[in-house]
Amino acid sequence: MSTAPNETPRPGAAGRPRGTAPAGERLADWADGRLGLYSLAKANMRKIFPDHWSFMLGEICLYSFLIIILTGVYLTLFFHPSMNEVEYHGGYVPLQGQMMSEAFSSTLHISFDVRGGLLVRQIHHWGAVVFIAGMFVHMMRVFFSGAFRKPRELNWLFGFLLFVLGMFTGFTGYSLPDDLLSGTGVRFMEGAILSVPIVGTYLSFFLFGGEFPGHEFVARFYTIHILLLPGIMLGLVVAHLILVFYHKHTQFAGPGKTETNVVGMPLLPVYMAKAGGFFFLVFGALAALAAVAQINPIWAIGPYRPDQVSTGAQPDWYMGMAEGLIRAMPGWEINFWGHTLVLGVFIPLVVFGLILVAIAVYPFVEAWIAGDRREHHILDRPRNAATRTAFGVAWLTVYFVMLIGGGNDIVATHFHLSINAVTWFVRIAYFVGPVITFLITKRICLGLQRRDRDKVLHGRETGIIKRLPHGEYIEVHEPLSQEQLHTLTSHKQYTPAEIGPTVDENGVERKVPASEKLRVKLSHAYYGEESQIPKPTVDEYKEIASGHGHH
Amino acid sequence: MGNRDMPEGRPRAEQPAGDGVHGAVSVADEENPFADPGLPPHEHRIQDIDERAAKRSERAVAFLFTVSMLATIGFIVAYLLIPDDKSIFVFPLGHLSAMNFALGLTLGVALFCIGAGAVHWARTLMSDVEIADDRHPIEASPDVRAKVHADFRQGAAESGFGRRKLIRNTLLGAMALVPLTGLMLLGGLGPAPGTKLRHTLWAKGKRLVNMNTGQPLRPEDVAVGSLTFAKPDGLAEHDEDFQNEIAKAALMVIRLQPDDIKDKRELDWSHQGIVAYSKICTHVGCPISLYEQQTHHVLCPCHQSTFDLTDGARVIFGPAGHALPQLRIGVDSEGYLQALGDFEEPVGPAFWERG
Repeated sequence: MSTAPNETPRPGAAGRPRGTAPAGERLADWADGRLGLYSLAKANMRKIFPDHWSFMLGEICLYSFLIIILTGVYLTLFFHPSMNEVEYHGGYVPLQGQMMSEAFSSTLHISFDVRGGLLVRQIHHWGAVVFIAGMFVHMMRVFFSGAFRKPRELNWLFGFLLFVLGMFTGFTGYSLPDDLLSGTGVRFMEGAILSVPIVGTYLSFFLFGGEFPGHEFVARFYTIHILLLPGIMLGLVVAHLILVFYHKHTQFAGPGKTETNVVGMPLLPVYMAKAGGFFFLVFGALAALAAVAQINPIWAIGPYRPDQVSTGAQPDWYMGMAEGLIRAMPGWEINFWGHTLVLGVFIPLVVFGLILVAIAVYPFVEAWIAGDRREHHILDRPRNAATRTAFGVAWLTVYFVMLIGGGNDIVATHFHLSINAVTWFVRIAYFVGPVITFLITKRICLGLQRRDRDKVLHGRETGIIKRLPHGEYIEVHEPLSQEQLHTLTSHKQYTPAEIGPTVDENGVERKVPASEKLRVKLSHAYYGEESQIPKPTVDEYKEIASGHGHH
Repeated sequence: MGNRDMPEGRPRAEQPAGDGVHGAVSVADEENPFADPGLPPHEHRIQDIDERAAKRSERAVAFLFTVSMLATIGFIVAYLLIPDDKSIFVFPLGHLSAMNFALGLTLGVALFCIGAGAVHWARTLMSDVEIADDRHPIEASPDVRAKVHADFRQGAAESGFGRRKLIRNTLLGAMALVPLTGLMLLGGLGPAPGTKLRHTLWAKGKRLVNMNTGQPLRPEDVAVGSLTFAKPDGLAEHDEDFQNEIAKAALMVIRLQPDDIKDKRELDWSHQGIVAYSKICTHVGCPISLYEQQTHHVLCPCHQSTFDLTDGARVIFGPAGHALPQLRIGVDSEGYLQALGDFEEPVGPAFWERG
């Protein structure tokens, strides 16, 4: 520690006896000579990250992803991805002598005969649940704060792909033990594939190697679950992180924070310790969860048989939206020319995709409506983007209505409701719910915008009531500090787009494309008088400040 | 030694960088009261000014790391000593595997304490001076942009890709065709569907065998109000393709009062009020397993499609698109229930070729 900072040794520099530099420094020099490490470190070692609690949501996803990979590799050492039927003779007595696939029996082996196997299995499954829940909440943060805007649209897409692939990795993963519950889910998927027009039966036969369930799907899902999807996801995670570093993190508005700077604390040491430590916090929490909270007890469910089922069959929560769509949809079937169009299953399949795609393409749609090509590094407060926030809440409404739909039997039995009534509620709420929540959210946002405006112009309510000489009571308002004034007024407000004159100076009529008309309409919906409260101007502030100067 | 040096070395290294920004623009702006006042001045934490508080933080961090070490030792002990099948009662969780509980908690504590220690260290002892770093536009400067475009144009021109159309077009053709080889190879994934979805093991003369007892069913075995599951005679659990066959052939056998049967074909295909329906839901293929004795409705537990067994198993609620296929049954010379043929329509979920 006695080395002064200005004595940085250079490899090959004369005058320094061998072995005087600390070993770590010599190792770093060695690596730099081969990897160019120092130019990378120069840009990143003291990289600044802004601090906000919501920025840790993405970290939860990253760490749970790493934990899933670690525990998953361990599980592959014991799991047999085979559908060969065997008679069980393992440590779990109630199932002894029962026919089951090797996949199921090896999962029992992991759970009962491998020391610590159950713990790793449960960390793996809990990790997956937390991973996808984390991505969901992380995406909500990014969406409602407008962090998806230029230059981060592609990173939003990478994140979206991770979310979707995460769902399917989860699905293929929980199908692997070949238990009664997951097998029922696979059957559901097979039925959904069969509904695809023209190629459905072929897709199903190719996926399952013949008729359902066949002898192939566990082995094929295994490859998809441990190699194909995680491989793609690993690549996407790396790309996602590289872009986070390259773009530098967004920050909320505040004093000293601009579109051209990033304010926070350096990676080394603060975030190295905080983020590195957070990995252990997440891992520790998952391990403790796996110790006390059982998840997917396949021994209580039993091996899969296509002619058996348990009541209350539910997929993992992230498939609940798809499940809800398929439960709520009326059973429409159209028969014509010897063919069947299974709309009752195919429409939910398509709608499931559309609901997801709607959120994926949103950044591009909003940029188009706003006609905005600037970079954005200061985050929006959700209230200041009322229409976006309302749209996001409407989307969430659809999602959660369908989540209720996916558990309509559970809702019915727990709340003593009629299953028919719950299903009808879901069918109606799917259309009505988002409209209502859109309107309510927008009103709330506008109300909050008005409140901010009042705070800026009239100051903070102090709660102190003063009686004036002529008997009037007033509440004393305290003017905001310059920091607060700046924070509350620094957001940008768009003016709605106009079509402009359709006749030019020579009297020639200009043809306005339909897309432009649509854009102008949407722009008014987003930024018109109905959708944002004009933020206070300096003149308004000064006028009021001078008028109220006496207190 | 490393972490003791930290608090001392930090302020000197950081302060100059911070000072350049802090309060740089903090003079109140008469013209614009909303102007950015610049970063607020740094507020010292107690650990920054009180060495005893810093010591306390240091001890807290070291304590957490020590707890982690102890928990790791606990994990090893638990792994070596706790028997596999030992169960313990933990309030309020109930009976748990002792091994899973002990390993999970010790591992959880070992990991969590490392994290908690590191975060506490960062929050209380490392510098919390906010630093501003410049951003640079993501897009390249016009010079770079022009250079890249020019380079590309030169490279493209040198390749002759645009000029030699014959090469270009044949290359595009070759590249477009070559993925077909991969597509062909995927053909090995499965056989063509053929008519497999239309046929089940049921055939004329096949006896209905009780799924639970493995005994052939007689009409008198089927009581009113009970739901019996049946499989075709000769299909055994150990058979190679048992799962595939039972996925199509699974059967529900129910006895109704013949007067209750509203559908004429259903009555014709029944035997003394005993009707046999496919157990596989026509929605997405779950096995139907809930039977309501009074109304003779059956309900699929997966997606709640409800079928009326007295009326040709017509769908009365839920997402299923068509009625359950009925199996025509009768009694053979020895008095056992038998099928009088296969299902006349495909069982299970609908598909494009179903018609």
